[in-house]
Amino acid sequence: MKAPGFIHFALGLVFAAAVGGQATAAQTNVAVAANFTEPAKEIAAAFRQKTGHEAVLSFGSSGQFYTQIVQDAPFQIFLSADDERPKKLVSDGLGVAESRFTYAIGKLVLWSKLPDLVNGETTLKAGKFAKLSIANPTAAPYGAAAVETMKALGVYDALAPKIVQGNSIAQAFQFIDTANAELGFVALSQLVGNTGGSRWLVPQDLYTPILQDAVLLKKGASNEAATAFMAFLKGPEARSVIEKYGYGLAH
Amino acid sequence: MSGVPVEIWQPVRLTIELATITTILLLVIGTPIAWWLARSKAWWKEAVATLVAMPLVLPPTVLGFYLLVALGPSGPGGMIAGLWGSRTLAFTFEGLVIGSVFYSMPFVVQPIRNAFTAIGDRPLEVAATLRASPRRAFWTVAVPLARPGFLTGAVLGFAHTVGEFGVVLMIGGNIPGQTKVLSVAIFDYVETAQWREANILAAGMVVFAFVVILTMTLLEKRAARVGR
Repeated sequence: MKAPGFIHFALGLVFAAAVGGQATAAQTNVAVAANFTEPAKEIAAAFRQKTGHEAVLSFGSSGQFYTQIVQDAPFQIFLSADDERPKKLVSDGLGVAESRFTYAIGKLVLWSKLPDLVNGETTLKAGKFAKLSIANPTAAPYGAAAVETMKALGVYDALAPKIVQGNSIAQAFQFIDTANAELGFVALSQLVGNTGGSRWLVPQDLYTPILQDAVLLKKGASNEAATAFMAFLKGPEARSVIEKYGYGLAH
Repeated sequence: MSGVPVEIWQPVRLTIELATITTILLLVIGTPIAWWLARSKAWWKEAVATLVAMPLVLPPTVLGFYLLVALGPSGPGGMIAGLWGSRTLAFTFEGLVIGSVFYSMPFVVQPIRNAFTAIGDRPLEVAATLRASPRRAFWTVAVPLARPGFLTGAVLGFAHTVGEFGVVLMIGGNIPGQTKVLSVAIFDYVETAQWREANILAAGMVVFAFVVILTMTLLEKRAARVGR
């Protein structure tokens, strides 16, 4: 049987090529909460330019990443959309305690593509729409903040039958963007560069501040690119990108 | 099972409803297609067969993406939904049925087509010489002879709809009682680290899949024996 020998040889070549490719620059795998997608891409590009290291980004809901990291996913850094999950990862023994910090403070927006639909909290109270899109509140902090806002306004029970859930804030946005839902709660960062439609920046007193924490995972503790990325995230270049996307900064 | 929340069973019921309605619809829509594919001499029939088979190869995300657009306000789905004053068919049970019909169609059409082809011309010619009309020959000769194909198609269509995930995740909106089917509920439980609930549903699916495949195999064996 000659075939298996050949396959092993070919696979060997492929692996050699892959490993060889990695060896030229350090690389780190970063799990990024979906709301931070755009700024993370910009920061990773700047990071690469400055340090030569590569930050490989994965996007999803914070809940999804938490579960995956607990199950030994190969992430070295976690940029969560909350502070609870990074704290839990530290107490689980998977995160480096002293590395945890708030890289951004999220802002919640009620947004519609229709120019006249959103007009402050009265829109929610009137409820003249068929579908309201939010992120899954158990998995995505922005979804939890949306529910909190509706409860604070006393409209949650009335609106509950109209709520559709995206698996992450990215999908919640996409439901509105495809006009399948008339409006919904999204992250301000998702609307940067988008002037259309109508929107309402939800006042901060209606929901618990969305403190977005970053944590270096034990898997990345000895990775040069991972520690460099954590430092870069605290630096002025990253901070100006984060501010540009409408986030608050912690200090 | 003490302490298991009642809402865990809602997705189960919803999934069975979705799969049942989808299977019935597919038998109704799929049978004429399968018959035509088996009997027609049209040169372009294999192109139609290919279209039907496409979901076998396409990632569910492709179907999910196009369905989301097609069901929405600017697509045909939005127009249909407009008939009863709604804006979109996405996030509805009806939308899931439409998606499932496309997604599961090859699993129903192909076994039925194969069964029709296997009958051959002879029994139908005999029926014709006995003065059976084509319609009568279809119902009294072709359909009974193709019964194993119908059975396989129905079981596979049902099972495949139960196993659907990507399409539902993309067009469903995760609404309890309407679009939160089993596979999405399991995903949700896993995502939020509710292992126990995830385990109950997932283990149930494993048993279900085992029973379906075993049943299929035994049915086919029997059909082969009877056919001989």
